[in-house]
Amino acid sequence: MDDLIKEYEGIIPGKLLEDIKRESKEQSLIKKQVKIVLDKVKEEYENAKIDPGEAIGIITAESFGEPSTQMVLRTFHFAGVAEVNVTLGLPRLIEIFDARKIPETPSMEIHLKSEYKNDPKQVRKIASLIKETKLEDISREFTVNLVKSSIEVSLDRELMRELSITPTLLVDSVQNSLKTVSVKYKDDDALVIKSKSPEGELSDIYRLKEKAKNAHVKGIKGVTQVVPVKTGNEYVIQTAGSNVREVMEIKEVDVENVLSNNIFETAEVLGIEAAKETIIREAVKVIENQGLDIDIRHIMFIADVMTATGNIKGITRAGITSEKESVLARASFETPIKHIINASIIGEVDSLNSVVENVMVNQAVPLGTGLPGLLAKMSAKLEKEDKKKK
Amino acid sequence: MDENKKLNFNPHDHVLVPKHTKISEEEKQKILQQYNVSLKQLPKILRLDPALQNIEVQKGDLIKIERKSPTTNKAVVYRVVV
Repeated sequence: MDDLIKEYEGIIPGKLLEDIKRESKEQSLIKKQVKIVLDKVKEEYENAKIDPGEAIGIITAESFGEPSTQMVLRTFHFAGVAEVNVTLGLPRLIEIFDARKIPETPSMEIHLKSEYKNDPKQVRKIASLIKETKLEDISREFTVNLVKSSIEVSLDRELMRELSITPTLLVDSVQNSLKTVSVKYKDDDALVIKSKSPEGELSDIYRLKEKAKNAHVKGIKGVTQVVPVKTGNEYVIQTAGSNVREVMEIKEVDVENVLSNNIFETAEVLGIEAAKETIIREAVKVIENQGLDIDIRHIMFIADVMTATGNIKGITRAGITSEKESVLARASFETPIKHIINASIIGEVDSLNSVVENVMVNQAVPLGTGLPGLLAKMSAKLEKEDKKKK
Repeated sequence: MDENKKLNFNPHDHVLVPKHTKISEEEKQKILQQYNVSLKQLPKILRLDPALQNIEVQKGDLIKIERKSPTTNKAVVYRVVV
């Protein structure tokens, strides 16, 4: 039986073969019957294939267009796990396909190594390592001393102990993130920050105060919220804010399973193929959340187009449209005058190979039956006609 | 990209990264002939792509990528190094 199914490898996709294998076992089919099934499936599969010259881009656009008009009606809703808000719905979909550099609500899904992922206590501890702590978070008050032109920060000792921040660590990290200041720790739980440039203006000290509030103390930069979530039988840490590279350096984290919703960051750390996967994952998430039904093949196709150049290109005039070879095709999308003037300055040639430019010059488009060129053998016919004349 | 080298893990191990392999010159011609395409028409991958950091590649090499696909289990695609 397995041999028979193996024969069809490469002719029928693996997933269908698996289905057939499972079903035929359940129905206890004999070899002859399986053969009939396989042939039938092969026929159906061949029929379902897209014809050469089919305008698949338009089909994808329509498949997305119709459901997304539905989406506009219930847009701007937030949803997510516990306290982490995630943009969903049409705004998120636009964000993905426009390939915005930083999403509105960046987030990560961090899986942990197997020895930690089942213990809620450990998970919470790791989560607190990941969350960014700023100076503002562990202080009670910021006081500006105008005479000494310094800032005194009174600290919350209990919070510090809870987060296991020692005075030396605090001084070092504040020094690191503010650079041009001297930082001292006083015994009565206060931090004195003094600017190194002696004669500062009054507004400088207030600016320094604002900067000091945001000074990085501990954790991973950019991660503002962490929530351990139980999914299945393991704990996963959901975050608001994304910084894949630094998270991967924490030793309790399963480096092979850190997922970010930031497409560009994924491309930078893991490469273009991972970015493509992320586009698909994120788009599917939105669509499923909205209860819509768009075939995944359309999403895969868009993701392929967006990553075809090795970089991520959005579906915008700065993205994939600028990659088009034809001047007229580019001009037909947005800012036509700019494209046409630039093309005429450098003397660009349009070879009218694609669809849009042929519509513009009123010619048959190379699609469907318009795609193949016909070569007729004229000589035989001409000979006959010649004979008739004689 | 240089910063990436500091990372103590191989992007290849990550769940999102499919298997990348370099295709030999001989096989490359065979594939191009089989699909009747030129290198210019294929999708591209940057030479500095993190997923290629353990493979020695040059401009014009063909990379075979074996993706897991929700529709066909395994899908093979090719990218040209640029």
